[in-house]
Amino acid sequence: MALDSKIPEGPIASKWTDYKNHINLVNPANKRNIDVIVVGTGLAGGSAAATLAELGYNVKAFCFQDSPRRAHSIAAQGGINAAKNYQGDGDSTFRLFYDTVKGGDYRAREANVHRLAEVSANIIDQCVAQGVPLAREYGGLLDNRSFGGTLVSRTFYAKGQTGQQLLLGAYSAMNRQIGRGKIQMYNRHEMLDLVIVNGKARGIIARNLVTGELERHSAHAVVLGTGGYGNVFFLSTNAMGSNVTAAWKIHKKGAYFANPCYTQIHPTCIPVSGDHQSKLTLMSESLRNDGRIWVPKNLEDAKAIREGRKKPTDLSEEERDYYLERRYPSFGNLVPRDVASRAAKERCDAGYGVNKTGEAVYLDFASAIIRYGKEQAKIKGLNTEDEALVKKLGTEVIENKYGNLFQMYEKIVDENPYVTPMMIYPAVHYTMGGIWVDYNLMTTIEGCYAIGEANFSDHGANRLGASALMQGLADGYFVLPYTIGDYLAKDIRTGKISTDLPEFEEAENNVRAQLERFINNKGTHTVDHFHKRLGKIMWDKVGMARNAQGLTEAIGEIAALREEFYRDVKVPGDMYSFNQELEKAMRVADFLELGELFAKDALHRNESCGGHFREEYQTEEGEAQRDDENFAYVAAWEYRGKPSEAVLHKEPLVFDNVKLVQRSYK
Amino acid sequence: MNLTLKIWRQKDARDKGRMVDYKISDVSGDMSFLEMLDVLNEDLNNKGEDPIAFDHDCREGICGMCSLFINGEAHGPDRGVTTCQLHMRKFKDGDTIYIEPFRAKAFPVIKDLVVDRSSFDRIQQAGGFISVNTSGNTIDANAIPIKKHDADRSFDAATCIGCGACVASCKNASAMLFVSAKVSQFALLPQGKVEATQRVLNMVNKMDEEGFGNCTNTGACEVECPKGISLENIARMNREYLFASVK
Repeated sequence: MALDSKIPEGPIASKWTDYKNHINLVNPANKRNIDVIVVGTGLAGGSAAATLAELGYNVKAFCFQDSPRRAHSIAAQGGINAAKNYQGDGDSTFRLFYDTVKGGDYRAREANVHRLAEVSANIIDQCVAQGVPLAREYGGLLDNRSFGGTLVSRTFYAKGQTGQQLLLGAYSAMNRQIGRGKIQMYNRHEMLDLVIVNGKARGIIARNLVTGELERHSAHAVVLGTGGYGNVFFLSTNAMGSNVTAAWKIHKKGAYFANPCYTQIHPTCIPVSGDHQSKLTLMSESLRNDGRIWVPKNLEDAKAIREGRKKPTDLSEEERDYYLERRYPSFGNLVPRDVASRAAKERCDAGYGVNKTGEAVYLDFASAIIRYGKEQAKIKGLNTEDEALVKKLGTEVIENKYGNLFQMYEKIVDENPYVTPMMIYPAVHYTMGGIWVDYNLMTTIEGCYAIGEANFSDHGANRLGASALMQGLADGYFVLPYTIGDYLAKDIRTGKISTDLPEFEEAENNVRAQLERFINNKGTHTVDHFHKRLGKIMWDKVGMARNAQGLTEAIGEIAALREEFYRDVKVPGDMYSFNQELEKAMRVADFLELGELFAKDALHRNESCGGHFREEYQTEEGEAQRDDENFAYVAAWEYRGKPSEAVLHKEPLVFDNVKLVQRSYK
Repeated sequence: MNLTLKIWRQKDARDKGRMVDYKISDVSGDMSFLEMLDVLNEDLNNKGEDPIAFDHDCREGICGMCSLFINGEAHGPDRGVTTCQLHMRKFKDGDTIYIEPFRAKAFPVIKDLVVDRSSFDRIQQAGGFISVNTSGNTIDANAIPIKKHDADRSFDAATCIGCGACVASCKNASAMLFVSAKVSQFALLPQGKVEATQRVLNMVNKMDEEGFGNCTNTGACEVECPKGISLENIARMNREYLFASVK
């Protein structure tokens, strides 16, 4: 099958408007006869479910958590971008579009990104109307801050809890529709297969996680807003339950999986403390507005700090290497995430790391505290030379801006970041790869859609900060509700889809067989045992830096681990009850397949771009070296029985509006 | 650290349930409380015993899914944290730790330490929203200036994570702190004023219907709230409710 991206004709700035003017609409009376399933209730799924219900469709929404309010979008900290130019610093739709395409290392689809930039301003209006309390200035207007990879302040925020507030906004919009009976909500349910009838997605098999019962649910279209698959690394910033299962099941049913190797490694996470660690915690990138990143200039000092003989505050300004400011003077500490992550790894690999394991750098607020303190003292007419007073006032400003993040750090690390610099290290965060979708957000299965992090379309090989929340809400509130209508217009005479069809029967039987296989397997090792081993292979050989040899080894090791898993895994309890180990087993089984495809994708892409760094392809200065001539395409993989046999399809990327250049943040 | 754990085990909603003793050794202070339970579960699983069911997800204190009544306190002895942010350095070698589910009539036990908090969702569905279409065709976000002070207080109320610690800590199993946080978030914003009357009536009535008790101003909810939601919100909700009732 040739990939048809269905990008509308015409100039980029009018594609979306023209498209909306010419699509098929569904009459409100007919919408009542159409059912839509939405799986996942984060920013993308939640906003989509609410909007589709409001338009009049019957929506069935599913989440594995006990409430849609728990979706992991809630943990996003820093902010959401919108090209509103409230600050008058030169922002525009085009600039947001340009920054996002460049930030993605020219591996995103222009038309989708432009549409995202266009609707970004509406998102802020929408959320404020819903009562989302975004940060304000004293004049009563919305406040903005800056994020990596941009030179303007376009990021709207609610302290360090922006994701929480936006998600609760979408959740409240959903609640309104649940209250009206337009959304049927299925909490503690997990989608375990897609049902296809006559080539069209017509339903899902879900497991009620409380009773263990398998349920058949039919609809005229199925939408996945199921997030990313960073937990393939075991340790990541994702919630413990985040998984690839729904996305992987539709991949096995015919949806192509695009660019699986594009994974963002976030530069500012709390470093790993020991073997017991279950997940990693991110510190918002917004901290880099005020925090300066450094390691000791001398190896001797780094060693002394690691051994506890010296404290970071013992080192003078001259003894510190502010390596981002040194290497990238124009963007400094606000370089994009891939660049900052690699720079931290480079310093730590060279022996300058500052924690016990040598895998941490400092994020230091001392100079920001002095700077803000002096400013406050001046405003208040106090003595700007009084060091204690200046520190106190400056600390208050920092606390006001990032208080909850500092508190979170202190709880985990047991050190006060107002006094001693934070330690940070890169960690797996967001996956830019995902289910391949066309301009309508439809997968290669008719009637099956993927939105938000679950799809691949908007971020390219790297994602700038504050752009994930933007994409999730853009897809759910403003894009999918139009594009899905165009498809559903053909279904107004279809009537209810019966769940007695043989396709439902077959899918349910397959799911039951998988579940039974785990329950009846009398193995010796737990699910986590295998998940941790998979994570180690992924981090060591498919992590921040990859090479052909390591990737080839990883592919073999993952395939072998998968066999061992099926032979030797042990799952206690039974199928028809609340069984958290069984839930995990089903998810890890899918990670063990995805991991292999991930490595295969990284191996075939003989270039470095964004979050994909192949050691063989770098500039003399150690920056990512793209190969536009041979790799300016989306790699979309078709499932053929096992990951090793997946077939590559290419969607060439055409750049008419942004010139491809070497990314430089110097 | 070596610890003795006394943990509530209950097979399902119908089972009567009981406390069971477990020993755990080599616990590091850097572990979170849930990571300590992970280690115990791994051990139980290896021994062929059924692991202990507990709710958790983000493990960074924001999703509100983790719960646990630890030594008689919701989310344990540390202030201003959820169970997933509680670290074992808060305990001493040789300690005995009691671990129970959040208990309230409106939070029935599903299994072991897992309870059903969907009553919270139903209260929100009764009115915890502003009735605005999600079309994006709203007025510009800066068209209505909002005092920073009001926006900040609204935000403070909105940070409630819906974990249920307030209910679990209250001798009446009252959900007033939770409900008042949402009522306050909207009451403090001009956007929320239009349907304020109906909102507070609907939410309070639903709260009663779900089986939550009344508030007797003990204040345990505020003390145990991991997000520091203030009792002021309950006062505000009471005012809103009173005005709405006499309208």
